[in-house]
Amino acid sequence: MTGAEPPEGWPNTGERTWFRSDAPAERWLLSGYSRDSRERTILLELIARVVFPTVLVFSLYLLFAGHYRSGGGFSGGLVAGQAFVLRYLAGGRLDDSSTVSMRPPVLIGTGLTIAVITGLVPVPFGGVVLESASFTFAVPVLGEIKIVSSLFLDVGVYLLIIGVVLDLLRTLGSGIEADIAEREGGRR
Amino acid sequence: MSELVAVPVLLPLGAAGLSMAFGRFADVQRWLGLLVLGVIVVDAAVLLYFADVHGPLVLHLGGWAAPVGIALVADRLAALLLLISVIVMFAVLLYSIGQRITDYGRGTASTTFHPIYLVLCSGVSLAYLTGDLFNLFVAFEIMLASSYVLITRRTTANRVRAGMTYTIVSLSSSVLFLTMIGLVYAATGTVNLADLALEMGELPPAPVRALALLMVIVFGVKSAMVPLHFWLPDSYPNAPAPITAIFAALLTKVGIYAMIRTQILVFEREPSWPLMLTLAMATMIVGALGALAQNDLNRMLSFLLVSHIGFMLFGLGVYDIAGLTGVILYIVHHITVQATLFLVSGLITRYTGTVALSRMGGLAKISPLVAVLFAVPALSLAGVPPFSGFVAKLALLRAGVGVGTVWAQVATAVVVLTSLLTLYAVARVWSRAFWGQVREPEGDPDPSDELVVGTGDTSRGMVHATGVLVLSTVLVAVLAGPLAEVSQRAATDLITGEAYRAAVLGGGSGG
Repeated sequence: MTGAEPPEGWPNTGERTWFRSDAPAERWLLSGYSRDSRERTILLELIARVVFPTVLVFSLYLLFAGHYRSGGGFSGGLVAGQAFVLRYLAGGRLDDSSTVSMRPPVLIGTGLTIAVITGLVPVPFGGVVLESASFTFAVPVLGEIKIVSSLFLDVGVYLLIIGVVLDLLRTLGSGIEADIAEREGGRR
Repeated sequence: MSELVAVPVLLPLGAAGLSMAFGRFADVQRWLGLLVLGVIVVDAAVLLYFADVHGPLVLHLGGWAAPVGIALVADRLAALLLLISVIVMFAVLLYSIGQRITDYGRGTASTTFHPIYLVLCSGVSLAYLTGDLFNLFVAFEIMLASSYVLITRRTTANRVRAGMTYTIVSLSSSVLFLTMIGLVYAATGTVNLADLALEMGELPPAPVRALALLMVIVFGVKSAMVPLHFWLPDSYPNAPAPITAIFAALLTKVGIYAMIRTQILVFEREPSWPLMLTLAMATMIVGALGALAQNDLNRMLSFLLVSHIGFMLFGLGVYDIAGLTGVILYIVHHITVQATLFLVSGLITRYTGTVALSRMGGLAKISPLVAVLFAVPALSLAGVPPFSGFVAKLALLRAGVGVGTVWAQVATAVVVLTSLLTLYAVARVWSRAFWGQVREPEGDPDPSDELVVGTGDTSRGMVHATGVLVLSTVLVAVLAGPLAEVSQRAATDLITGEAYRAAVLGGGSGG
């Protein structure tokens, strides 16, 4: 309630940094870390809590719809990235939080590798590089499902784009915030 | 068999992903990079052999036949240049690994360098192998995007300034490139290079000439042709030595390759092309005179690079089989020599602590090995027999005299003059840096910029990598006979263009 203690992860830099705040102490976001109580926007935090999973599901829809309708790995990845941007705006930095435990470069690398391997898979089966095949399954509840092998390329792209957005948030978002905090700390 | 054409493009791209995922394991990154480049060297050699014996090797990506689908084509020219480029990339990677270990120890990893280097390799390979104008644009973008990262790593104010010039010029030329592709597609309805050659014949001469000129401008910026060269001496010297070496050796040469490929394959022309000969003369003279005016070793080498781009434009301007044979030989020679010179310049600065020629001296006494490593490529660049530059220049001069027009004769005279100026420029470096009084190395003015200078220690990796490159420039001279024959066959292929067209458009799914 009082904000006498700095939020975890932030140095207790002096008396003027912390003052009484009317913001409630509850956190609505998924991970343990949240913004400095001065900067908290309760409305945004609540909306982020509600919208975050929805946006992720929508991004998955775009990923799977991609081959025949508008969407695909790139737009799906961007939409998923936006969910994390919203989470960042509401709750502050994402690194070493429980939301994403993977380092962005690993995500980018994995995505790129998956995409390239998808391009090479047809070769042992007598196909040409980057050729795609489609498989149709009958699934009990959902009916007939058609999967095109280029979906895996899209999955790779999806991961890569999420990785890029997270990397941007890490370097241009919390990286710059940390720089500012350091500079303000130095001035006092 | 045709799958081998995709290896130099896809393998480094996939490896870049792995290398990024293993960003915390320095040794994994290093061995992965060397292994991948080693595999591509072998692959390029196989491609060259196959293309020389059986004709161009074509891979239609995804099984979509040209001109609708994208084709990767390995003909003699593409395979030969790919082979040389990847050998240079391998040696430069070895050098930068050596440098990294010397300066920062074995355990430290730099997350971005190795993945980006592999992506650069993928872009260079794609530019050589693609048979499609739009895909060529993609290849250039892959190359440029990774070069933006490499040129601005470890940002210092100076490097950001240099990087800005480079980025803005490259982006503008990319916009122009895209516009050119749009116009070409609007005029002909195809972007497949082999198909484009047939469609261009149907057009009236005026738009054809305009498109040809636009292509000269687009690739002229990429290859630093005077008057579009201004960005190069400003940006290249500010990067660390291995990165400058790889840029100088490959990026401009890929521009020249694209210029040759598009002009010769797509457009019909008589031998002796006055416009190109004029541009070539301007490039040679401006570059050489610029080099003489420099005190900074790296800037001087950059101006020499511009000047020698002129030699390649001259061969293209001659526009017959002899001229193109000369160009191909010259590119092969110049890729190895220019990379070597920048690596040696990196070694020199480690002993002097400065790139200013006026503050160097006595290097021949401090390190005779570096003196030898400098002398061989420098003399080769100036065209002194028996080194590779002599062989390549002789081919160009004979072509220039052989074609028999006045413009070509004048340009030939300029080639001779520029060679002498080059000799003077490198002799100046020799007398300033290697002779004279021994000087103490200067301290590092900015330890954070990854240009560790003046420490005087070079690792075996760095020296060996430079040695490998020096050896390969000598090998180019030793193998001049077979190389000249392959070049001549490649040039004949280019001029007639029939084998290429038949290979790309003829078969359904390649082979």
